[in-house]
Amino acid sequence: MTRPTPETLAHSARRARTAAEAPGDADHARAAAPAVPATRPAPAQVSGAGSLVRSLEALGVDVVFGIPGGAILPAYDPLYDSTVRHILVRHEQGAGHAATGYAQATGRVGVCIATSGPGATNLVTPIADAYMDSVPLVAITGQVARPSIGTDAFQEADIQGITLPITKHNFLVQDGGEIPRVLAEAFHLASTGRPGPVLVDIPKDVLQASTTFAWPPVLDLPGYRPTLHPHGKQIREAARLISGARRPVLYVGGGVLKAGATEGLRKLAELTGIPVITTLMALGAFPDSHRQHLGMPGMHGTVAAVYGLQKADLIVALGARFDDRVTGKLDSFAPDAIVVHADIDPAEIGKNRHADVPIVGDARHVIDELLAAVTAERAAGRTTDISDWWTQLDDLRERYPLGYEEPSDGTLSPQYVIKRLGEIVGPDAIYVAGVGQHQMWASQFISYEKPQTWLNSGGLGTMGYAVPAAMGAKVGKPDTVVWAIDGDGCFQMTNQELATCALEGIPVKIAVINNGNLGMVRQWQTLFYNERYSNTELGTHKHRIPDFVKLAEALGCVGLRCENAEDVDKTIEAAMSINDAPVVIDFVVGKDAMVWPMVPAGTSNDEIMFARGVRPTFDEDDI
Amino acid sequence: MTIHTLSVLVENKPGVLARVSGLFSRRGFNIDSLAVGETENPDVSRITIVVNAESSPLEQVTKQLNKLVNVLKIVELDPTTSVARELLLVKVRADRNARGQVLESVNLFRARVVDVAADTLTVEATGTPDKLDALLRDLEPFGIKEMVQSGLVAIGRGSRAITAGPALRAA
Repeated sequence: MTRPTPETLAHSARRARTAAEAPGDADHARAAAPAVPATRPAPAQVSGAGSLVRSLEALGVDVVFGIPGGAILPAYDPLYDSTVRHILVRHEQGAGHAATGYAQATGRVGVCIATSGPGATNLVTPIADAYMDSVPLVAITGQVARPSIGTDAFQEADIQGITLPITKHNFLVQDGGEIPRVLAEAFHLASTGRPGPVLVDIPKDVLQASTTFAWPPVLDLPGYRPTLHPHGKQIREAARLISGARRPVLYVGGGVLKAGATEGLRKLAELTGIPVITTLMALGAFPDSHRQHLGMPGMHGTVAAVYGLQKADLIVALGARFDDRVTGKLDSFAPDAIVVHADIDPAEIGKNRHADVPIVGDARHVIDELLAAVTAERAAGRTTDISDWWTQLDDLRERYPLGYEEPSDGTLSPQYVIKRLGEIVGPDAIYVAGVGQHQMWASQFISYEKPQTWLNSGGLGTMGYAVPAAMGAKVGKPDTVVWAIDGDGCFQMTNQELATCALEGIPVKIAVINNGNLGMVRQWQTLFYNERYSNTELGTHKHRIPDFVKLAEALGCVGLRCENAEDVDKTIEAAMSINDAPVVIDFVVGKDAMVWPMVPAGTSNDEIMFARGVRPTFDEDDI
Repeated sequence: MTIHTLSVLVENKPGVLARVSGLFSRRGFNIDSLAVGETENPDVSRITIVVNAESSPLEQVTKQLNKLVNVLKIVELDPTTSVARELLLVKVRADRNARGQVLESVNLFRARVVDVAADTLTVEATGTPDKLDALLRDLEPFGIKEMVQSGLVAIGRGSRAITAGPALRAA
């Protein structure tokens, strides 16, 4: 076994960093850790805080998001002189989501900093969010001084214990000498294998005490050996199944984006002609406009994608995890399918759905080796005609396209707003959504053509994700237009970070899809609770509290409002013309629009509803 | 449900036991017995976990355990090819009249008396869980005042050691 050394770490990091920064080459932005500068600082006598900041510099960190406080205060002194840019957020949750947005937009590790106690606990939501969506995040927290640990000291919280189930790993630093190694290990763990959040908790007295800083440190992670290269036998078996399948689908998850495997995916799809289905976390991994793209699976997926999975005889899952939102009722999911499941995390394979061919490996290696194996199959003349399958799928696409009805009450249609936004802004921008109806519409009605252009909170479903994540994405990709598409409920959870954006010169654009309600919850109340709208009316329509235009202006942003379809284009264009300040558009839309299609929670995918009361008809004889 | 014995080799660091045991409760498993101790390598601890579970969810927990950064190796020990022992200390009521009979049971099970008081005997026994259960059943009629049991420890038969391997040498 080769143990990871800082040299290999630095090497892969340098490669990843360069790749990530090359324009138009986001596909290769599989960051390990940030680059180590060519000149290595000589061992030096510094404070623990100095060692922390120098470690961050040595790891190539360009920006951190955070808020100072008592226990972390020593770190802020050397940070004052550092090359690392610190962005002072308004709430630690904002720091965490900003670091996540930064990481998701760039492929590099996102870093957030908070103090002990409430500062640290405010990071819990973004850490859990990053854990569910496998985002490379390093959270650094101050802790009370070692002699006070366990005494219920002022602002003490056992953040290591609290984050145990929601981090890939976490550390409580006991000695200043460990700081460089722990930081290097944290970055290595966060960014390699299946990425995820790592927390480093550092007691105040460790930050204050004098210590030695030496770089590079030697990593000591004997139990950490992610499998990157798939087993050749499994790959050949998968290729054999692909060649023989009559109704195959490629079920593509976020792992493909994280592995930078989108070019390979396209080649594999085009070589085999197999339909491609991309999950919510994988939008942009395969161009929406591609003929072979069936769309998103699951609860609000397209009829063709849901049906494609459901009726498949072969599912090739690449970096996807058979989430309940995708499978619906598990017992009745894809009953006739043989499953090839490739994932870098062995614990995902067979977790929800039995894998007939398990493949452990990095999606890029898996796809490259599959390509070679399938090419060999073709060369040997083994292939199966899947044109009947395509005929069925094309028929479904034609009969049940994504669409929406104009509201009968004359209100502005939220789907129209989002559709126009995507059309006007185009596929080069980054779109960041909150959670709820607007998120689903943004996933459905914007065409994603490129990787890392769609950020959202998929696994945890964190309302309030959009504004801070958009801030982080804009910091990471300052030359890219970043639009947050948010709901009025979500927006009220984290909009204070717009003050940060205004002051720090981060001109994000926010489209608030304001329907005056917690829309997705209301939709469920409409469908499943006899239209009893308990506690979903927010008053942003009825009372205009808050007035989002005034709120935007108070936060140092430009506030615009749009209430009818004729003004949509020009309002978006007005926002696009402002580049020196954050812009908020309050799109006042109807409250009765619903997200369709829908597989009601806990039911089989066979129960998919195309619209309220409309079930698609499948010709069972075709299969 | 079947009884499974897992030997989990971990880095000997603070908090590792909490990571391992927390994972079991999070995934909805009850640990029947748990024993932790150092190995021949002071940097490595060995946790022996006994769980009652179906094989497929247990496989899932094992995979999740393997993901813990501090976990070095996991081996499920097959009862037919391993030696497993528990330690029992039990305080049995034994006045002058009963003492002889209690000692008879103790000898029968090759247990030992480690403390004597006017009205009790404290007995130490090691063995498989079955043997210790049988001893307890035998002692119960006299009256058990207090007892304490260790977790199961187990080791594979034969000359092969599960602690051999590059990952463990590196630790």
